[in-house]
Amino acid sequence: MSHELLKIENLQVGVEDKVILDGLNLKICEGETHVLMGPNGAGKSTLGYAIMGHPQYTVNEGSIVFDGEDITQEPTDVRARKGIFLSFQSPEEVPGIALGNFLRVSQAAVTGKEPRILAFQKEMRKTMETLGIDPGYAARYLNVGFSGGEKKKSEILQMLMLNPKLAILDETDSGLDVDAVKIVSRGIRQYRSDKNALLIITHNAKILEGLSVDYVHVLVNGKIIRTGDSSLIQEIGERGFQFLETGGAQN
Amino acid sequence: MRSFEQKKTQVDDIDRSMYDFKDKVNASFEVKSGLTPEIVNQISVEKNDPEWMRLFRLKSLKIYNEMPLPSWGPPLDGLDIGHIVTYVRPNTEMRSKWSDVPDDIKNTFERLGIPQAERLSLAGVGAQYDSEVVYHNVRAEVAAQGVVYTDIESAMHGKYAEMVRKHFMKLVPPTDHKFAALHGAVWSGGSFVYVPPGVSVTIPLQSYFRLNAPGAGQFEHTLIIVDKGAYLHFIEGCSAPKYNVANLHAGCVELFVGENARMRYSTIENWSKNMYNLNTKRARVEKGGAIEWVSGSFGSNTSCLYPMSVLQGEGARAEFTGITFAGKGQNLDNGAKVLHLAPHTSSRVSTKSISKGGGCCTYRSSVVIAPQADHCKSSVSCESLMLDSESRSDTIPVMDIRNDEADVGHEAKIGRISDTAIFYLMSRGLSEDDARSIIVSGFAEPISRELPMEYAVEMNNLIKLEMSGSIG
Repeated sequence: MSHELLKIENLQVGVEDKVILDGLNLKICEGETHVLMGPNGAGKSTLGYAIMGHPQYTVNEGSIVFDGEDITQEPTDVRARKGIFLSFQSPEEVPGIALGNFLRVSQAAVTGKEPRILAFQKEMRKTMETLGIDPGYAARYLNVGFSGGEKKKSEILQMLMLNPKLAILDETDSGLDVDAVKIVSRGIRQYRSDKNALLIITHNAKILEGLSVDYVHVLVNGKIIRTGDSSLIQEIGERGFQFLETGGAQN
Repeated sequence: MRSFEQKKTQVDDIDRSMYDFKDKVNASFEVKSGLTPEIVNQISVEKNDPEWMRLFRLKSLKIYNEMPLPSWGPPLDGLDIGHIVTYVRPNTEMRSKWSDVPDDIKNTFERLGIPQAERLSLAGVGAQYDSEVVYHNVRAEVAAQGVVYTDIESAMHGKYAEMVRKHFMKLVPPTDHKFAALHGAVWSGGSFVYVPPGVSVTIPLQSYFRLNAPGAGQFEHTLIIVDKGAYLHFIEGCSAPKYNVANLHAGCVELFVGENARMRYSTIENWSKNMYNLNTKRARVEKGGAIEWVSGSFGSNTSCLYPMSVLQGEGARAEFTGITFAGKGQNLDNGAKVLHLAPHTSSRVSTKSISKGGGCCTYRSSVVIAPQADHCKSSVSCESLMLDSESRSDTIPVMDIRNDEADVGHEAKIGRISDTAIFYLMSRGLSEDDARSIIVSGFAEPISRELPMEYAVEMNNLIKLEMSGSIG
């Protein structure tokens, strides 16, 4: 069996007094691609935030173990340095730092050593080219004035430059046109190796094109009610989540 | 708490110096702790004033002694007004000891990477080093264009004596407020600049070189006349903290901007955190002229600073861009004033403030549009950022519009750092401190963009220092 990257056991997560995830279990190993689906408001984004350690999401019960270490209480930056990455559904605009500079600072923080300037710039330019991002964007403030599609590409650029062990993509395909979805999936394929893993939160099978999906999870009311292989995507596409909620509840 | 005690210690030191002074100079002063005509006369003699200036000082002194303290604004309890003479005549021997400079200031020099020689100079210790040389070079270069850049004492005696006399404290009269009167009585040091008609000065002039002069910088007077169609950029101050034994700064800046002339006046104020900065700045702009103020306020214990633009001639313009950063124990009451006296004048005031660690920022402004000033435009916007729940931010914008044809807008925003933005940056491996300092730099960016490059860089460093919590 391959190396276990993420192990979530009996996780209960709430915001203020409201419980959003309850009794959630999930295991992700190196080399695996997981897809998380579920109706709106089921808690999909909450799971991403909880794994990344958003301070507003409180873990009431259960544990998150990453790469053999319990990270349930670790702050977000420590988790990032251990190799977790979250692509945000709506990335923040940060006027204080230029994209290129931010990539360099982040890479230094995550790897623990200053990247060599020339090698870094070469890598950045190449990656931007792959994603069809204008090289001039490196000098622009992080996400400021970027279109929805550009923000998502900027997220994938960050993922490729930081090369995490586990990347969680929260609806990276939402709001993208057909061409942009293609570019983003190309970026995801470029990232994917047998040394890392993906957790893709999506409503849309398009982004999964060319990726071999190992597991599909269905999250309803804060619990994973069904786990299957990639055929589950098509089944949901045809019949919706409704039948799972009734049929899968006994599972 | 500890830094507060340090401040107290300094006040005590100054008190002692007052007695030293009395012993040395004149026994008849002994019973008097206020400012007397004898002291002012003596300053006048030492400065080799022309007679009109001696009389002006005495007149200002009379006004000072009769005038009450302002009834508004931040408390001035830390000033010992009853012993005002101690601010005017601090013990000069004290400033020659590096060991007397507070540790937090020494550390800041260290962390900002200020060279040893500069540190001594900025701390008011020792003589000047490179800056005097630089100053002379700059003078020679602008003199070639017919520009006069000199200290104000020599200007009073030379070819420009009449010009100085005609303008000195005409824009800020001693009757303006108590500290303007004090300034009129005891002012010392400062710059005089005259730019002849049509001359555009290509390098910014910096008063920093002058302020390093021993004893200068506390009651300094800046008088600048930019004649018709000329352009000047003048930079005051420096982003390293300036330490002064006497903790009262009551300077005065008077700018005369001629017809179709343009002037930019940039300031980075970073007095040490025991300072009461009660500075008065004013510009008068003639027809078609423009004044641009760029102001960064980081230091001081208490600050009351409201640069004023008097738009005297038709079509005159004023722009004010400012940022204030108040940390622990600081009460910074800053803003701007604009007086629209002629038709088609326009003004834009844009300020940002950041408060943290219990610091207090107040934005205070006044825009007046006179009855005869038709078709004026004014827009005021102020944004504040509070970094924690113990900090404070107030906004007091006053508008007095006496003309129906005016186009006036005001916008105010008070906010906190978004937790999601912090989370976002931290999810890329940045520490919480780094994430915060990036966000604060971004907030300050529209202001730092207006500063000359080296100042913008230093301002960002300053924000990083403040954000890392190592100072203040």
